[in-house]
Amino acid sequence: MTPPATAFTPPEIARSTKVATPDSVKKTSANPASANPRSASPAVVVQGLHKSYGEQKVLNGLDLTVGSGQTVAVLGRSGTGKSVLLRLIVGLQKPDAGTIQMQGQEITGANLEEMNEIRKKIGFLFQHAALYDSLTVEENISFPLRRHTEMTAAQRSERVRELLASVGMEADLNKMPSDISGGMQKRVGLARALALEPGILLLDEPTAGLDPITSGEIDELILKLQEEREVASIVVTHDLHSAKVIADRIVLLHEGNAVIEGTYEELEKSTDEFVVEFFKRDS
Amino acid sequence: MSYHANIPRRYGTNDLPQLSVAVRSALGTIWHPINSLLEWFGELGLFVWQVLRSTFRRPFEGLELLRQLDEVGSKSLPMVAMAGAAIGAVLALESRHSLVRFGAKSMLPAAVIFSIIHETGPVITGLVVCGRVGAGIGAELGSMKVTEQIDAIEASGVNAYKLLAFTRIVACILMLPLLTLAADFCGIVTGWIANTAAEPVAFHKFIHAGFAGTGFSDFLAPTFRTMVFGLIIGVIACFQGMRSQGGTEGVGRSATSAVVLSSLFVMLADVILVKLILVFFS
Repeated sequence: MTPPATAFTPPEIARSTKVATPDSVKKTSANPASANPRSASPAVVVQGLHKSYGEQKVLNGLDLTVGSGQTVAVLGRSGTGKSVLLRLIVGLQKPDAGTIQMQGQEITGANLEEMNEIRKKIGFLFQHAALYDSLTVEENISFPLRRHTEMTAAQRSERVRELLASVGMEADLNKMPSDISGGMQKRVGLARALALEPGILLLDEPTAGLDPITSGEIDELILKLQEEREVASIVVTHDLHSAKVIADRIVLLHEGNAVIEGTYEELEKSTDEFVVEFFKRDS
Repeated sequence: MSYHANIPRRYGTNDLPQLSVAVRSALGTIWHPINSLLEWFGELGLFVWQVLRSTFRRPFEGLELLRQLDEVGSKSLPMVAMAGAAIGAVLALESRHSLVRFGAKSMLPAAVIFSIIHETGPVITGLVVCGRVGAGIGAELGSMKVTEQIDAIEASGVNAYKLLAFTRIVACILMLPLLTLAADFCGIVTGWIANTAAEPVAFHKFIHAGFAGTGFSDFLAPTFRTMVFGLIIGVIACFQGMRSQGGTEGVGRSATSAVVLSSLFVMLADVILVKLILVFFS
């Protein structure tokens, strides 16, 4: 069943407290999934997502919709469940309650084989790149191609070179991950995430721990990729500047829930105490 | 008689809440390790189930299996051969000393060969592989776990249980009997050398005398019981590695626990299998 594209269309509710319940999320855009003119149907629909670790509630009924070709940045304080959200979307963990639909397909009840099929449509950049440290840069990128395509060795090699060129790393084909810098590892991780031409891209803090210049380069790279490939992206970040540059919409998480969502400019104008505090701290 | 009459004298009725707390604390102290043990076995069962589920599904990971056969087999061979050789020489020297005292010197080749192929060869091979391969797998998979490489494998739509655990477990199962043969051979050769150093005897005579009272079942069952050792080493090491957490310290813990637990379970399995072999093959 195709989920409704207007999952976030309730009227804006003025809030005076920091903590939001699912029904009290501020919507600054009328229809988040179609805020970007490029977006058509929703690529990712998350509804009522709950996740706890013991007594600690990490996600508390989170709703999120990302349209095709749209980039949503998820911001929030540490421990608010941003990375957990990505891990739930890619099926590395199971939610306690709630549903996740990827391109119209419900994944929360999927078994391992079904999940592996869905994962082929998702590119995931881990926070620390998570490159396979016993493989070279080339082998890292060709890993998903070798596993999931019928490409010949020559075709794989050609594709790897093309991907590395797109992230400006074509000269480092035979290097080991330990021989390249953190920023370069992120680029290789991004190239690996794009290897199967996914429809959905999940980026976990793509600029964390990088200097401003390298962060800027990564942002430009993501923008370039958005222009070249119509992928729906969810970018978890602490970097407001990066979110401003790359995201069509920003969702701010607090205590396991989205407190507000909209464009950067809309959030900047918000009078919500938590949003104001978040923007003030960053500036 | 009232209920409170049974309370020991040093506790008054007013102390009942404290007594309750003390009992709860004591029960908690006892229950916690039992609970952890049950949890460990439960998680191990789930892990084995996941590996079993992946066993008959494509792809069969032939290339990775070959790599692991090399890693477990050929790279363990020198250490296993040296351990087998040392044990063979020690057995010959010690047995000779004892048998001469009891006037049974002619039994020396049989004693050495029987001892090696029945017990010392398989057990020494199992324990050496526990140390070398168990630690290696525990550390490698532990490191992959804490650096999210296993998550990256899963996120790319590849079954990590099949790629990482199944291949290593099968490699351990297949390689242990072959390594045991190598340990047995080296042990018998050095046993002969040690014996010859004291009293020269031709190798073929030593072998002939040693295998005179030995049947095929004496050799087959003990050698193939090392497949069970391989299964234990592979499963425990992969399990400990893939549940690793807590950074580099966690990786160290995984490697150590992989060696300690697999050695422990190999020795326990040895006791049970020896009894079973005696029942079915004697």
